[in-house]
Amino acid sequence: MTPEVTVLASIGLPLGATALIAAFHRQPNLRESVTLATALGLFLLNLSLLGPVLEGQRPGVLVVETLPGLSIAFEVEPLGMLFALVASGLWMVNSLYSIGYMRANREHHQTRYYVCFAVALASTMGVAFAGNLLTLFVFYEALTLSTYPLVTHRGSPAAVRAGRTYLGVLLGTSIGLLLFAILWTWGLAGTLNFAPGGILADTASDPVLGVLLFVYMFGIGKAALMPVHRWLPAAMIAPTPVSALLHAVAVVKAGVFTAVKVIVYVFGADLLSNLQGSSWLIYVAGASVILASLVALRADNLKRRLAYSTVSQLAFIVMAAAVLVPLSLIGAVLHIAAHALGKITLFFAAGSIYTASHKTEVSQLAGIGRRMPWTMAAFTVGALSMVGIPLTAGFVSKWYMLLGAIEAQQLVAIAVIILSTLLNAAYFLPIVYTAFFDAPQSAGEQGVQTGHGEAPLPVVAALTLTALGTVALFFVPELPLALAQQMVGAAP
Amino acid sequence: MLHAPALQVALPLAAAPLCLLIRHARFAWAFATLVSWGVLAIAVLLVRRVFAEGTVSYALGDWVAPLGIEYRIDMAGALMLLVIAAIGALVMPYARASVEHELREDSIGLFYTCYLLCLTGLLGIVVTGDTFNLFVFLEISSLSSYVLISQGCSRRSLTAAYQYLVMGTIGATFILIGIGLLYMMTGTLNMADLSQRLPAVTDTRTIRVAFAFVTVGVSLKLALFPLHLWLPNAYTFAPSAVSAFIAATATKVGIYVLLRFFFTLFGVSFSFEAMHVGDILVVLAAMAMLVASLVAVFQDNIKRMLAYSSVAQIGYIVLGISLATTAGVGAGMLHLLNHALIKAALFLAVGCIFLRLGSVKIQDIRGIAKRMPLTMAAFVAGGLSLIGVPLTTGFVSKWYLADAALMDGRWPLAVLILFSSLLAVAYVWRVVEAAYLQPAAERVLALKEAPAAMLVPTWLLIAANLYFGIDASLTSGLARRGAEALLGAGGP
Repeated sequence: MTPEVTVLASIGLPLGATALIAAFHRQPNLRESVTLATALGLFLLNLSLLGPVLEGQRPGVLVVETLPGLSIAFEVEPLGMLFALVASGLWMVNSLYSIGYMRANREHHQTRYYVCFAVALASTMGVAFAGNLLTLFVFYEALTLSTYPLVTHRGSPAAVRAGRTYLGVLLGTSIGLLLFAILWTWGLAGTLNFAPGGILADTASDPVLGVLLFVYMFGIGKAALMPVHRWLPAAMIAPTPVSALLHAVAVVKAGVFTAVKVIVYVFGADLLSNLQGSSWLIYVAGASVILASLVALRADNLKRRLAYSTVSQLAFIVMAAAVLVPLSLIGAVLHIAAHALGKITLFFAAGSIYTASHKTEVSQLAGIGRRMPWTMAAFTVGALSMVGIPLTAGFVSKWYMLLGAIEAQQLVAIAVIILSTLLNAAYFLPIVYTAFFDAPQSAGEQGVQTGHGEAPLPVVAALTLTALGTVALFFVPELPLALAQQMVGAAP
Repeated sequence: MLHAPALQVALPLAAAPLCLLIRHARFAWAFATLVSWGVLAIAVLLVRRVFAEGTVSYALGDWVAPLGIEYRIDMAGALMLLVIAAIGALVMPYARASVEHELREDSIGLFYTCYLLCLTGLLGIVVTGDTFNLFVFLEISSLSSYVLISQGCSRRSLTAAYQYLVMGTIGATFILIGIGLLYMMTGTLNMADLSQRLPAVTDTRTIRVAFAFVTVGVSLKLALFPLHLWLPNAYTFAPSAVSAFIAATATKVGIYVLLRFFFTLFGVSFSFEAMHVGDILVVLAAMAMLVASLVAVFQDNIKRMLAYSSVAQIGYIVLGISLATTAGVGAGMLHLLNHALIKAALFLAVGCIFLRLGSVKIQDIRGIAKRMPLTMAAFVAGGLSLIGVPLTTGFVSKWYLADAALMDGRWPLAVLILFSSLLAVAYVWRVVEAAYLQPAAERVLALKEAPAAMLVPTWLLIAANLYFGIDASLTSGLARRGAEALLGAGGP
């Protein structure tokens, strides 16, 4: 298979799998085998692209010319390669986890769930491999729409309300701002193709480009820059595997991925660093980091705390990208992978706790580490990675970001990195402490089981795998590092 | 097929009384269906001829223009013919079950007579090159559509038809007064002659008054805000098949008449520079997009909601026209075509619901997606196109409209276009939530899926929506050439 065909197959495979998943809706084992096999196949397809991309090839396919000069086209570049690898790799693990979680919790509509999941992954691949802004936008919207049924999976009035917020914010920002920014770019540059070094140089005055950057950054609602972050905590009403893969990896990373792509391939780092007043993005993202951390500090619901932690970490990536020196860009790219591994582990742990004990609040977790040692050990690894402590992946990316911020002499960014490390420690480490060292609650609360053990095996296996991955990325960060350096090298 | 222009009108006109003679419901339907497909075939032939040879001129009864009536079809007309004939033909297979359900047995023959007459009138307006003939065809289509609307199964159909009759007659009278004044000043009714003789006398009060009368009269016909008051009731209480047919064609033909008068007869310089009609239209169009969309959000009846949405979409089209640039008019014409596809599909889907449920209120359709999945999937697909999600026709036309506004340097209009799309999200999603996420009532659980004869036309239109959303080269090319034909004819 040529790399070009592989690119199309990466999008076609999960889409095609939906038909099989739907066909086998009466045979759950067969249905889940299809999902697992598709995830594995997708990961292998992406792996086969890795070699050519590392050698400097940029496999591209033009699918159809929608409007004159505007087409649906794909081109694989290092950043998209990394994103696709992370998303498809974690989809495998997440499918394993889904099987344990959905069955143990006796969730309804499981066929719809797996179908939407596959469509969401196909959309994610489309975002990752998009060769121009139009294609990116198409799949960005497809991702929003395909995840809507997953967010409202429960069907309760609360889920419907959350779905409204989800769709309202994401479609509102994307149609109202992002599409406008794309149209504007089209008007200015006459092209929407991603190009190393950007396409907007010498097209408009500095203030105009500054406004355009503003429209882009808030138009990419999936990057959850405050104040367009509201959809993310709302999405937590979804089953935990959805929160884990989509709202810690695929959807939110599609957001920061788009933001980084716009910064690197539409504006170009050179153009932005010479742009008067583009440093507001550092301040806005920095403020988002700190504010979201403060909200997370006060949240008692575990998934809500994790959601705000995600908001904070996403802003972190945007801030690092906005610093614009190569080192910080590398840090931003690494953090896409590092945060994905760490956060999916944390969500897996939260879902595992819910499955075994139906506990959802942080305050209920005293002593749970003794009953669920694997889960809480993995949680600890994830938490340490969020804080950025050595031996976890989070340290590597933070290190690069810090070096970049020092090189660029961005005092605000440095301060935000240090402060957020402290805040992360403040809201994650108490959970670890209380889970392992506090005495278990004596009286069982209503609906909460006390005599439980670990969650089902697939769940535990999945979260152990991602925790190991988080540690492994610390010791062997070569692959994401190589891809990040290629991206930066292409856009010096 | 030398006589195709005459046949285009003569065929349905001659068939209409035959239909009345047949009387028998099934036979009348079969005959009318055959005729409507024949009309489509002639339209396709004509369009191919216009493509190959350019503007087609035909002297009716061999009486040459100033004396006789000239039929004249340019690219803009060809586009309209295609829309009207295609929708007219697609609605017919659908109509049988729907009409038998909604009408009394003995009035079905009459129904198809009026349907064919309405088709005659609409086609005639497009092919004719004579202003008085245009008025006659306008009256034929209007009078027959009053009858069609009054056939709805609610008693309020009668008042709706009466309301439309009053407003429509005022509009027709205004147009007639305008045409009379033009005849007074130029001594001709032929459009080509008029466009040559008018420049000499434009600087008179009579011509200005004629312009005003025609503009207001046609605006009533095409339901431009705030002259749209007849439309919501008419669309709501008409039989389902009629709602779809009229929503997709009647107002569109009104827009075509407006284009003819502004660009071919009066000319761009008079209409837009001397009379400043663009400044008036742009305000009314913007109001339509905002106010009608907002009103649509608060409707409980889906047909009424779609009716208000139509008023808003007419706003989009008029907005494009008000720019008076090739890009703007082209975008307007493209949306005219696309909206015909979108609205026809949506009204047909709603008609399927009405057939089974007997109601189209949002509170009554709760949970209906479980029982009528194909119908509701069509509604969702049409709704997404209405919103303007990428890969649908709605996206293509909104892209062109916003691009045309930006090209003209009027970015607030682009913002408005996108903002109004967000209101479409709100009203479409109310239906989606009710159909998919609410528990079904007993009455809904007893339903069956709509018959294939109704689903196939609906899905054909949806397929057209998707196809022309992915590959828009044909539609956008048609629209651009149509706009060039109009602006070229009006230029010096």
